[in-house]
Amino acid sequence: MSPLHLCLAFSSLLFAVGLTGALSRGSSILVLLGLELMLNAANLNFIAFWRFGPAGSPATGVVFVLFSIAVAAAEAAVGLALIISLYRNQRNIRLPEATRLKG
Amino acid sequence: MIPTPAQVWLIPCLPLLAAGLGAVTPRRGRRLAAAAAILGMLGALVLSGFALCGALAAPSVHAFSNFDWFALGDGAVRLGWLLDPLSALLCAMVSLVGVLIFVFSLGYMDEDPNFTRFFCFLSLFASAMLCVVLANSLLLLFIGWEVMGLASYLLIGFWFHKPAAAAAAKKAFIVTRIGDLGLLLGMVWLYSATGSLLFYDGGRGVLEAGVLGGLAAPGLAGGLAASTGIGLLVFCGAAGKSGQFPLHVWLPDAMEGPTPVSALIHAATMVAAGVFLIARMFPLFSADLALPSVPVHALTVVAGIGAITALLGAAIAVAQQDLKRVLAFSTISQLGYMMLALGVGSWVAAIFHLLTHAFFKALLFLSAGSVIHATHHEQDIRRLGGLRGPMRTTFATFAVGMMALAGVPFLFSGFWSKEAILRAASGWTVSSLPLYAGLAGVVLTAFYMTRLLCGVFGGEARSPAAAHAHESPATITVPLVVLSIGSIGLGFLGTPAWPWLQSQLTGERIPSRPLLEGGGLTVLSIVLVATGLGAGWALYARRGRATAGDKDPLEAAAPGIFAFLGARMKIDEAYAATVGRLCSLSAAFADFLDRRVWGGLVAALGKLGEGAGSLNSGADEAGINAAFDAVTRGLRRTGRAYSKAQTGEAQGYLRALAVAFVVLALLALFGGLR
Amino acid sequence: MNAILLLIALATLGTAIVAMSGRNLLHSVLLLAVSWSGVAAFYLWAGAQFVAFAQVLVYLGAISMVVLFAVLLTRRAREDFGAPHNLTTRSRFAVAAGAAVAAVLLWAVSRSPLAGSKGPAPTVTVRDLGRQLLGQHAAALLVIGVLLTLALIGAVVLAAVDSPDFPEDAP
Repeated sequence: MSPLHLCLAFSSLLFAVGLTGALSRGSSILVLLGLELMLNAANLNFIAFWRFGPAGSPATGVVFVLFSIAVAAAEAAVGLALIISLYRNQRNIRLPEATRLKG
Repeated sequence: MIPTPAQVWLIPCLPLLAAGLGAVTPRRGRRLAAAAAILGMLGALVLSGFALCGALAAPSVHAFSNFDWFALGDGAVRLGWLLDPLSALLCAMVSLVGVLIFVFSLGYMDEDPNFTRFFCFLSLFASAMLCVVLANSLLLLFIGWEVMGLASYLLIGFWFHKPAAAAAAKKAFIVTRIGDLGLLLGMVWLYSATGSLLFYDGGRGVLEAGVLGGLAAPGLAGGLAASTGIGLLVFCGAAGKSGQFPLHVWLPDAMEGPTPVSALIHAATMVAAGVFLIARMFPLFSADLALPSVPVHALTVVAGIGAITALLGAAIAVAQQDLKRVLAFSTISQLGYMMLALGVGSWVAAIFHLLTHAFFKALLFLSAGSVIHATHHEQDIRRLGGLRGPMRTTFATFAVGMMALAGVPFLFSGFWSKEAILRAASGWTVSSLPLYAGLAGVVLTAFYMTRLLCGVFGGEARSPAAAHAHESPATITVPLVVLSIGSIGLGFLGTPAWPWLQSQLTGERIPSRPLLEGGGLTVLSIVLVATGLGAGWALYARRGRATAGDKDPLEAAAPGIFAFLGARMKIDEAYAATVGRLCSLSAAFADFLDRRVWGGLVAALGKLGEGAGSLNSGADEAGINAAFDAVTRGLRRTGRAYSKAQTGEAQGYLRALAVAFVVLALLALFGGLR
Repeated sequence: MNAILLLIALATLGTAIVAMSGRNLLHSVLLLAVSWSGVAAFYLWAGAQFVAFAQVLVYLGAISMVVLFAVLLTRRAREDFGAPHNLTTRSRFAVAAGAAVAAVLLWAVSRSPLAGSKGPAPTVTVRDLGRQLLGQHAAALLVIGVLLTLALIGAVVLAAVDSPDFPEDAP
């Protein structure tokens, strides 16, 4: 059980937790938070491989994660704006009720 | 001043120009139209006079001038002008009679509103007749022939608002057209056999010995020669134009036209054109006489038809009650005499009679016109009478014409010309029937002319119109006098003692013979004339019918025959029953075909198209549309089914993603999916 | 080494689970913030100091704040604070899905012959990072800049409103 294995197990479990939370909760903010957890898990993966993986370009993993964090930030901002918009339309933020796009 | 053959075209050109001027002259331009017409004819007369001098100077020469009309293939279609004694004499006759009739028309048509149109058509006709006479090409002759037919139609139907006149014009045109068809076929045959339609062409013309030899060879079925066939076809055209039996039916009806028209066209000139044509083409007609194998010579047919016509016309004229109709049937009869003369071989006698007949028949018609003008168009002889007092000049000229026609001996031209014909008929070796027919005709002619003279001028006036008649103005009477001089004088040009006319026409010096050369025949004909005159006098002059309602003595004596002859031997009815019926039946049949058969076919096709259309639309609706609708419905259903997957729940989608991820990962791990 | 890792992992996972399953939205957000700081600790342990710094700055600093704002702005009554936690079908399925995914991933991880290097941690100085960002990844940097700008503008547009339906929300 190398440290890499452990790191990867850790990130997988975190991903699963985030997924479960995103799937099961009703409040859309919690779904968003679940998504953020999943992103974090992915970032963890990257850093794990950067630290323990085969030596490649020394900064690629770091750069990737930086970009990922930036994108996550943007996404969180937009998502929360969307939630506010949703709140305006249906007076609550329960995601299962937001089915206006139902085909 | 003598025109050469190349300049001879001026003679028909002058009246043509007058006709053109008349066509553009408005109705009020009466003086202009009349002056143009008369000046045109005078010009033609003067030129004809000079041409006559030139032709008579060299009577045996056929002076011609040919020219190309248009190019056709390798060669060209050629036309030409001919100047010989025959054409020059006829030219002069047509121009002279024409001028006199034009002057007559000034007085006769004075009250008619369409004065200008009349003179325009008259000039057109005169131009066409002169063209026919002077033509050296059968084609040019045919052109003039057809224009004459047109002018005749226009002039017979001059008072077109009268239904009788319109119908008569149509009848004339159609009947002569039937004859002209034969003429056209003859022309085509001649052209295909010889390659030329010129009469004289320096040896290559169709009337010249070289070409005739080829035509006269017996080459057709039954031993007929080409010249026989061509001759018979040409005779068809001549028979139509000259009113021979059975194509004579249009002439009596043509009397619906104004009297000057009857005088010019249907007495003196146009109807004589048929005779002239055969006389002109006599070498062709007589070419087969030398062949023994030919079963029927063309000239035999001509003689037979001429004899029948001479007798028929005279017989019907006896029972007619209309002044002009008597004269019309008389014309038919005299034309029969001319054809008879041609048939027995003496074209010279025929032309002699043509010339004399032109004068005295025109004279008779113009005198009748004078009577009609004076009695305001009363033409029934039962309602005329007693006009010898008030209309002395007309009476005198009519009497002169009547005596010339009847053949009163020695003084009058008709006697000499008829004698020539009878003499020629007696010398015919084939048969004596034409002679007997001619002799019978002599009696009848004298009889019916006496009847006419007595009916119109004798006795007392039988109607108010006749009672109030007075002599016509000078424009009418002067031409009458001139024509009577001609009727007397012309005869002396052809007596046996001085055969001037015959010599000029044939180009040979014919020796002078005793005056009564015919001997017994002459005496017989004189006796017959006297018989006819006497019988007419006895029946009509002495009795002097008092009223219009009295029956004609002949009618009282033999009502059946009189009625039959009066109804023109029912020939018109026979035509109507046969040819007319056939045409109506064919028309009805064609109409039936058109409406039922072809119309039905078209309608069926239309229904077929309609059916196809509805089939198409049905297939489209039921088949294609339904199929498309079904497909779209299926697509919609599928879409609806698919859209059920769109629950709108974001978490549901995420769930699906997770499941898919798991499945894929399993596949990758265990299924070898790379 | 592994002990620290295990500790960090447990802390992160624990707070994350509790945050995801908690009733109180506010508590969930705050606990998640702790979880994120656990991740930052991991980054530090792995030797990516700059990334840890960025994690703290962005997640703990910006995103947490934004989420808190959103939570506070979108509550109606006191009952909205509590997200009812009942085991619906959805929850069960979610747990199942999560478990399945975790299982697959762990299996994959355990079966992979990963030759983890036992060597020293690679170091990246800030200077090198800067050079990389502005050199090799300059284009991506620019794009990220544009993306962030757009996202913020978009968020403002979405969140702001000038309709008369919500006069109390008008800026």
